[in-house]
Amino acid sequence: MLFNFATALVFLIFGGLFVLLNLGISRILQARNPHPVKLSTYECGELPEGESWIQFNIRFYVVALVFLIFEVEIVFLFPWAIVFKDLGLFAFVEMMIFVFILLVGLAYVWVKGDLEWDKPKSVPAPEFSAGHEQTELTEAVISQERGKETI
Amino acid sequence: MRELIAYLANGQTFLADLPEVALNIIFISLGAVVLVTVCAVLALVGVYMERKVSAHMQDRVGPMYVGGFHGWLQTAADALKLLLKEDIVPALADKKLHFFAPILVFGATLATFAVLPFGRQYVMSDMNIGILYILAISSLVVIGTILAGWASNNKWSLLGAMRSAAQVVSFEIPASLAILVIIMAVGSMNLGEIVSVQVGGIHKWLIWKFFPFNFLAFIIYFIAALAETNRAPFDLPEAESEIVAGFHTEYSGFKWAAFFLAEYANMFMVGVVGSTLFLGGWSSPFGDFMNSGPFQVFWIFAKAFGLIFVQIWLRWTLPRVRVDQLMYTSWKVLTPFAFVAIIGVGFYMIL
Repeated sequence: MLFNFATALVFLIFGGLFVLLNLGISRILQARNPHPVKLSTYECGELPEGESWIQFNIRFYVVALVFLIFEVEIVFLFPWAIVFKDLGLFAFVEMMIFVFILLVGLAYVWVKGDLEWDKPKSVPAPEFSAGHEQTELTEAVISQERGKETI
Repeated sequence: MRELIAYLANGQTFLADLPEVALNIIFISLGAVVLVTVCAVLALVGVYMERKVSAHMQDRVGPMYVGGFHGWLQTAADALKLLLKEDIVPALADKKLHFFAPILVFGATLATFAVLPFGRQYVMSDMNIGILYILAISSLVVIGTILAGWASNNKWSLLGAMRSAAQVVSFEIPASLAILVIIMAVGSMNLGEIVSVQVGGIHKWLIWKFFPFNFLAFIIYFIAALAETNRAPFDLPEAESEIVAGFHTEYSGFKWAAFFLAEYANMFMVGVVGSTLFLGGWSSPFGDFMNSGPFQVFWIFAKAFGLIFVQIWLRWTLPRVRVDQLMYTSWKVLTPFAFVAIIGVGFYMIL
């Protein structure tokens, strides 16, 4: 068993070495002619505007969380699937209960709208409209803000 | 592999004098070198195939001049050209991570090749958790992608990397569930055992077992694998009409080529894994006919290239999906259907 994992590790290292070797060859062969403009960050020919390491959309975080839940579930399903043939009905019923609970979770996320990418249901109202009736102007601002979020 | 090493250690050659550890390291390294070469050549063949197939689908002829016969050396010439290109690292980039990302991506891709069975005897590492290992290692690729996007310090790169991460983790769920169906049916995660229950002809392939649930699982696996390797119609992380080139916008020369090689090597890996799990792997579709030794390598390559052809075909047929459609496909279509397949197979096996 250790032999098999050692093989995998050697493969990982050799993959890296292959790229390193070719990068070395490339370094010898390539023309090197650096220029400040050439080394600037590409932003469609304009000078880069502002910080590149921007804040990203919260929905990526939600997707990561949902993924984590399901991935842990699948980790539990793998050993079950291997012995399923031997254990038969008992294992099947047991696992169906487990899967059902998780499907309820999926249904919850689905109904909550966290799987929607375009229109999240849980956008809080902006502060300035608290206590006031929303005017057309604030609505326009909100829709603009939502437009920005669409990546 | 072990048998080969044991045989050589007992033989009359000078190798018999070496300690076993050294012998193991030498042979694993040799195997790794061979598979690195195979991997690079496969990527070149894959790129050539993609260009030719896409050309003919669009009523063009594709590359025709380099190398004489139908431009067969075109991709080799391209690779050589990429070696000669200047390696531009943006001044604002995180240089260490920028350098490390392509190495990680290609290394992780090659590491999956260690467990792929190319025949009954032709497998480097016959792990008992082979398929789980593939799932785990192919997640490393997305870490490389995020590194590349983050280290470039470029908005397009970061957006591409974010998309890639969200896409890969979303599609990993249905892919794992589809693979689970096969593990249930076989009772093992060893790729060699999964193939050996399918030996004996096309009718024994697992895709036909528990009809229609395994067939459904195959479709789910294939779609999810397309998305995991960032292939069209799910190539949002590098959607050129929206975010320039996505996570590899700031890469040039051989670093870019490493990403490209890894993409095509991944396509091949998907082809091999898909055919191993569902289409009989290295076994011949005609029972015992042409099912010995080298023919097994032929069959696995034929099946893998068949699936690569389907991937290319889909790329040049379907338009790119939107991000919300992507998430919809993964969470609201593939995941529920994958659960249906698991429950269906469970019922079949109980009854």
